[in-house]
Amino acid sequence: MSYEQQLDATFQALADPTRRAILARLATGEASVSELAEPFAMSQPAISKHLKVLERAGLIVRGRDAQRRPARIQAKPLQEANMWIERYRQLWEANYARLDGLLAELQAGQGNRGKD
Amino acid sequence: MPKPVDVTTPSDREVTVTRVFDAPRQLIWDCHTKPELVQRWLLGPPGWSMPICKVDLRVGGRYRYVWKNDESGAQFGSYGEHQAIDAPSRLVTTEMMDGLDGGPLLDEPPLDPAQAARNVLTLAEAGGRTTLTINMTFPSKAIRDQALQSGMSDGMAMGYDRLETLMAGQGVG
Repeated sequence: MSYEQQLDATFQALADPTRRAILARLATGEASVSELAEPFAMSQPAISKHLKVLERAGLIVRGRDAQRRPARIQAKPLQEANMWIERYRQLWEANYARLDGLLAELQAGQGNRGKD
Repeated sequence: MPKPVDVTTPSDREVTVTRVFDAPRQLIWDCHTKPELVQRWLLGPPGWSMPICKVDLRVGGRYRYVWKNDESGAQFGSYGEHQAIDAPSRLVTTEMMDGLDGGPLLDEPPLDPAQAARNVLTLAEAGGRTTLTINMTFPSKAIRDQALQSGMSDGMAMGYDRLETLMAGQGVG
């Protein structure tokens, strides 16, 4: 998968609230399908479907153990998606820091006019 | 320290930016709608300026922004139409970007509603503070991602690197 396709798959996988909750659970440690199905009150096939999407997006890996096949979180794609948003956030942070300065200047100007 | 900026992606086709300001919303409204004020802050990373800023603040009226990297000369732009104007609390605009691929910037670029994002700026004031929210809805996930990545284009990334160097040098962050 190209970098672009990887990011697309990551964002698509993260768009679903159940999958985000599964990732949050896996962030605390690996879990099998049955262990995941219980707290989410979902069937094992439904959980398996979500795990497949997460696996394709490279967000998790599944263990080799044929019985349990525990799911484990993979940090790298998440970090890349976050970095993308983080850069965008920094862009607005720089803009709004400048806007703070401009607003202070305008408010000071209004104050002066008020005293005149 | 500047106040934090919150960026979320509520859906595949959306981006929401939220920020609190210590100022009445009328002033923040002016800073978004008067070209001579917009040009002073809506610039991105260091090294970029906004040589062109035109705003026809009427429903159906256009706006046009062009940014320029003062070092490399690289340019890109953004433009759209005002769809709803409710001063000083809500402004709805459409937005398209051009020049990101190095292509020419036209004086009156074509505005294709099927390709344009819809931006809703909301300013809510309470106790002398204003919460600014911009919700951007894009026609597709691909266009949303392109807009998010516009901050990652070569010229912009260069600016960020400089910003990061600057901050590292000052021991900030």
